[in-house]
Amino acid sequence: MSNKLTRESLDALRARLTEANRKDEVGGKQYLLVCGGTACDSNGGLALYAALKKAAEYAGANVSIVRTGCMGFCERGPIVKVLPADTFYVDVKPEDAAAIINEHIVNGQIVTRLLYDKTQAEAGHEGKDIDFYAKQQRIVLRHCGVIDPEKIDDYIAHEGYLGLEKALFEMTPEGIIQEVLDSGLRGRGGAGFPTGKKWQFSAAVQADQKYIVCNADEGDPGAYMDRSTLEGDPHAILEAMMIAGRATGATKGFIYIRAEYPLAIKRLQIAIEQAREYGLLGCENILGTDFTFDIELRFGAGAFVCGEETALLASIEGKRGQPTPRPPFPAVKGLWGKPTVINNVETLANIAVIITKGAKWFSSIGTATSKGTKVFALTGKVKNSGLIEVPMGITLREIIFDIGGGIPNGRTFKAAQTGGPSGGMIPPEFLDMPIDYESLAKIGSIMGSGGLIVMDDTDCIVDVAKFYLEFTVDESCGKCMPCRIGGRALLNTLTRISEGRGEPEDIQKMRDICDAMNRASLCGLGQTASNPVQAMLRYFMDEVLTHINDRKCLAGKCKKLIQYRINPERCVGCTMCARVCPANAIMGKVKEKHVIDPQKCVKCGQCYNTCKLHAIELA
Amino acid sequence: MSQETKTLTPELRAFIEEWKPRPGNLIMVLHRIQQTYGYMPREIVLELADLLEVPLAKIYGVITFYNFFKLKQPGRNLIQVCLGTACYLKGGDDIMKALEHELGVGVNTVTPDGEFSTEAVRCLGCCGLAPVIVINGEVFGKVTKAMLPGILDKFRNK
Repeated sequence: MSNKLTRESLDALRARLTEANRKDEVGGKQYLLVCGGTACDSNGGLALYAALKKAAEYAGANVSIVRTGCMGFCERGPIVKVLPADTFYVDVKPEDAAAIINEHIVNGQIVTRLLYDKTQAEAGHEGKDIDFYAKQQRIVLRHCGVIDPEKIDDYIAHEGYLGLEKALFEMTPEGIIQEVLDSGLRGRGGAGFPTGKKWQFSAAVQADQKYIVCNADEGDPGAYMDRSTLEGDPHAILEAMMIAGRATGATKGFIYIRAEYPLAIKRLQIAIEQAREYGLLGCENILGTDFTFDIELRFGAGAFVCGEETALLASIEGKRGQPTPRPPFPAVKGLWGKPTVINNVETLANIAVIITKGAKWFSSIGTATSKGTKVFALTGKVKNSGLIEVPMGITLREIIFDIGGGIPNGRTFKAAQTGGPSGGMIPPEFLDMPIDYESLAKIGSIMGSGGLIVMDDTDCIVDVAKFYLEFTVDESCGKCMPCRIGGRALLNTLTRISEGRGEPEDIQKMRDICDAMNRASLCGLGQTASNPVQAMLRYFMDEVLTHINDRKCLAGKCKKLIQYRINPERCVGCTMCARVCPANAIMGKVKEKHVIDPQKCVKCGQCYNTCKLHAIELA
Repeated sequence: MSQETKTLTPELRAFIEEWKPRPGNLIMVLHRIQQTYGYMPREIVLELADLLEVPLAKIYGVITFYNFFKLKQPGRNLIQVCLGTACYLKGGDDIMKALEHELGVGVNTVTPDGEFSTEAVRCLGCCGLAPVIVINGEVFGKVTKAMLPGILDKFRNK
């Protein structure tokens, strides 16, 4: 199979594969899609896949078992989907494999106990009926959970490399850029710069060598959109980079990916290998044209600042990942001084569909200024956490309460956080605001790369702001002063406040530092690092003042501000708490009321978690 | 723990030679070294500086800049505790404290028997399973303090 494909042979291959799939469908062949994302894999998904294969072989069932990319519903994984019936099984254990094969595949009986909503068994049992998926629209994740990411044929059968064909044979480089401009696609890495503009800048520069870089250094804590896209649909990224290469005149691409993502790296390596074998990559005259392109992987090494374009390029060059002032912008002077387009994974995942379906189709989705969809990693205090893709303009309420199923354990919603350490906490009053780049910026947060973390009333805003500052202080490269010193000063202030040593003057002090960092830092990391603190001061002032003036943390998170006490009405003297206390701070005899000595208590919370009668309270 | 001086394995030497002419090779080579030894042994870095003809200071500048590269040898079993936002909110730091208690040593320190060491990592991308720990690449999700002794036993003296 080492023949280089031409346009004709690629079309013929696609037609053959599509026809084979159609025949299988008519012939009643069933498919079992097993989620092979990292979360499901590590939750027993690998063993499940093996068990299903074995059970199917034993039963001699006419079924094709495919390990796909992430289906998104990580909370209830491992997930198994049966096609064409579109039955959606959740929390599937390897022990359930025999039931799925024997009852469902062989006898056509749905295994009710494994359905998400058991009552749906009668009403209709389709995957799209699940509320988690009802409001989603999958463009970026169109192939995730549908195709086998380790097979290029599977990708080709699903309109794979059709965009590249169109770009090479039916469009001029200017035409490609115009299409991307018209689509209104903006960078999904966070800042939202129009992608077509970036390409245009690079295309306008004369140079002997240009580069396309895919930023897959997903560093935001609490975000894994790019990882799932790469794991589930690696060829879509390769195809998009090639299209970008054609548009800008670049012949070489680099994917800068976190070393912490072994599965995504493996799947990309397989994809690159397969594309090279087909002559789609790594050779001259791709598909019989004059187009040349190759892609290499470069590993990140755990530096958040490398999400910043200039720092990322320094890291690819093998140096310390420190940013440099812009301009010159990388599109003009980037990798080794050559024009370089840097696009984020999610941005690139949109390109091939925009080319095949057209800018008009794409720009019909979303709001006036923000087109298309956005992938979010919905996590934190929400019932259905997982990976979701929604049209721009959806409200937070729809995401958290309809898709996410609301807040678990009967708690109440306190805040949502977008944009990771560079974003802000969004209070309940904005739940009904449509989400797009502009509206999020207006309320002091950012779209960010897609982390969406939900907090409930047991989360303390001061503690969360402190958590993010710890992160940015740790990750600051130290090159410019506002970020290096400002971040540390903010963190120290927050620490004092969380320990009950805050002063009323701290409020103004923090405001001044935020302002200085925001205006004077060299790169995006420093400029946005104060956003969590600014959001805290803007929307959660009451909580901050309670910490400073009353020396109290109502959420019970700031250890130094809480005090445990035993409610004598509830205590029956079982001695459990006294036995788990590591500091011997609890006194009392059997069947007598116990008391905590606040002098000795180290506030570890062991007694609080141990007491079954809820006799231990936060005072 | 073995204290003998380490030298570059032939495979590693070949890998470095292969990458030497390519621009931006340093980080990729360092990844390979850490993959082989689990950390960056000083002897090896000295050899590398000679081979690549790069000043030692520059190599150490890069190693110390990135969190991923380690200068000290980790325990036989490396425990990574995720402290990304989702895991933090769901008690990741309590898991870390419980682990320190269980192992009797703090974070980034090897236990006296050389079996375990713990490190904090930022987001492993399994937020749906928070809180998460990873031991030698194996992911454990929705971890509770009570589960820790059982999980550690799976790896101890194996």
